[in-house]
Amino acid sequence: MQPFIQFESVSKSFGSMTVIDSLDLTIHKGEFLSLLGPSGSGKTTILMMLAGFERPTRGTITLDGMRIDQLPPHRREMGVVFQNYALFPHMTVAENVAFPLEMKRLPRHEIARKVARALDMVRLGSLKNRRPSQLSGGQQQRVALTRALVFEPRVILMDEPLGALDKQLREHMQLEIRELHKRLGLTIVFVTHDQSEALTMSDRIAVFNAGKIEQIDSPHAIYDTPRTRFVAQFIGETNLIEADVVNVQNGHATIALGADLAAKVRSGPELQAGQKALFSLRPERMRLGAEPAGDNSLGMTITDCIYHGDHMRVQLARGNFTFTARCERLAGDWTVGTQVVVSFDPRDCTVLTS
Amino acid sequence: MFRTAQTFFGLLVVTFLLMPIVAILPLAFTSSVFLTYPIEEYSLRWFVELTTADAWRLSIMNSLIIGLGATLLSTVLGTLAALGLRTKALPFANLLRTMFLLPMVVPAVVLGVGMQMLFVNLGVASTYPGVIIAHAVLCVPFVIVSVSASLQGIDPSVEKAASSLGASPVKVFRRVTLPLALPGIISGAVFAFATSLDEVVITLFVAGPNQRTLARQMFSSIRENISPTVVAAALLLIIGTLCLGGLAALLRWRQERIALRAAP
Ligand SMILES: Nc1ncnc2c1ncn2[C@@H]1O[C@H](COP(=O)(O)OP(=O)(O)O)[C@@H](O)[C@H]1O
Ligand SMILES: [Mg+2]
Repeated sequence: MQPFIQFESVSKSFGSMTVIDSLDLTIHKGEFLSLLGPSGSGKTTILMMLAGFERPTRGTITLDGMRIDQLPPHRREMGVVFQNYALFPHMTVAENVAFPLEMKRLPRHEIARKVARALDMVRLGSLKNRRPSQLSGGQQQRVALTRALVFEPRVILMDEPLGALDKQLREHMQLEIRELHKRLGLTIVFVTHDQSEALTMSDRIAVFNAGKIEQIDSPHAIYDTPRTRFVAQFIGETNLIEADVVNVQNGHATIALGADLAAKVRSGPELQAGQKALFSLRPERMRLGAEPAGDNSLGMTITDCIYHGDHMRVQLARGNFTFTARCERLAGDWTVGTQVVVSFDPRDCTVLTS
Repeated sequence: MFRTAQTFFGLLVVTFLLMPIVAILPLAFTSSVFLTYPIEEYSLRWFVELTTADAWRLSIMNSLIIGLGATLLSTVLGTLAALGLRTKALPFANLLRTMFLLPMVVPAVVLGVGMQMLFVNLGVASTYPGVIIAHAVLCVPFVIVSVSASLQGIDPSVEKAASSLGASPVKVFRRVTLPLALPGIISGAVFAFATSLDEVVITLFVAGPNQRTLARQMFSSIRENISPTVVAAALLLIIGTLCLGGLAALLRWRQERIALRAAP
């Protein structure tokens, strides 16, 4: 994959407030990149700079090797899907979809053909003469998507496009967008604050916090090997414990979690004995049993059980040290107060040193 | 109890507002030369008088010419002003808006005196362009208010969407902003026309005998000789205003529906 879009030390300030601080970001052709972060972290600002509605205060943005940061929006050929769809209320569905083609001055019959084909693709052919106000949220969403796709833009930008839909429809649209991405080989930059959406849809995820990229990686790597405390906490659920590195030996390290608790973890080259570190372990990577098993086994007491339908959330404690575990079911006679052994694989632990 | 009192009071106010009109209008159809009840015989002679007597015919023509001119001028200027006031980075936007709306609150007499002096110096006193400009000054605020309201109803992301889809700023304006603002522009124009139609005070100052408008003609004829022609003219004005008001209400209603649509 070649670099397609490149942000080079891009900063953006509104007045005295710096929203994006020296951002470097590469987007490849044909990839589905999600910008994930809490509200206010600058995701929309990045998208708006890419679309041309905001100019970077500093830095450059290139597309296919050409500088675009000073181009006006209408000359960037980017299909933008807005959070609230932004359909033209005074035009029908077909007129909405025809709009970008008319702007390209395509011949009339070709426009008609392309509009019909595009609407059929998203199964909206029968609604082509309706106004946006006569459509459901999901249908409006599909029209907005179709309108952004139909003129074959170089990139599709989406700003929380599914935020207003209910859960079921949202999941359906996620699949539909993913499918379109694969079938048409689109380059998509997708803004969301919903981590599960980002995890299921993306080729890569850029996790943002306060205008900076915390980590940019595949969904797998983001979830399994978070590089910062923020990423570990923001994506999924985790047990985070301040710890000390006791020793490091051929690929493994021993971490002191508390006075009488230690864990063996897989170690990269960055760990050194005596370092302060942050230990992270996902609740679903723990196993609860009666007997010790494997490299890491800690005796703990169940302090609470919460039923979630498809799984249980179990609070465990030992002294003032606590863990949250997630398991499918508990052995029949376990209740609050039962002593159990918590075991986990060294490969499932993440240790952060910074 | 309270509700009854409320209804009663409401009816009282409506009666008070409508009585003068109801009391006088039937006299437009009298055949007598006096403005008195009872009406002995009905006729349309005063309407005929309105369209044949030179003074009245001319004044109706003048009202239409000046009204249309002022409407055109104020609609263009007011729409441009409303568009300009929407610009994000405009300095002193609020001050400017207040200035534009000032003619609504400044006493017409003051404006009239000022304009007369100014127009004499400029050589446009007692000319059609002069009266049209004077009326337009009064009409512009109505257009600005109306157009601003409809511009406010436009979701900015709709215009952004248009430009991201390849529309140049001019195209965005023509294909998106203007159509969405059109109901507001038209209803602003209707208000402007209605304002010009019943404007007397400033007309007294800046118009000459040749630009005598219908309202002005009614004003002077009521002092000279009270003939039922005045009432017939009044009826004409009321019907015209009601039609325009109805048109404006219709457009407002449509505009609200479009604004409602714009919000998902
Ligand atoms: N036009 C603007 N003027 C001033 N501040 C802005 C503007 N746009 C965004 N911001 C600020 O920039 C920050 C990031 O906003 P945004 O990019 O919308 O975040 P996100 O999309 O991640 O929620 C916020 O604190 C917001 O208040
Ligand atoms: Mg946002």
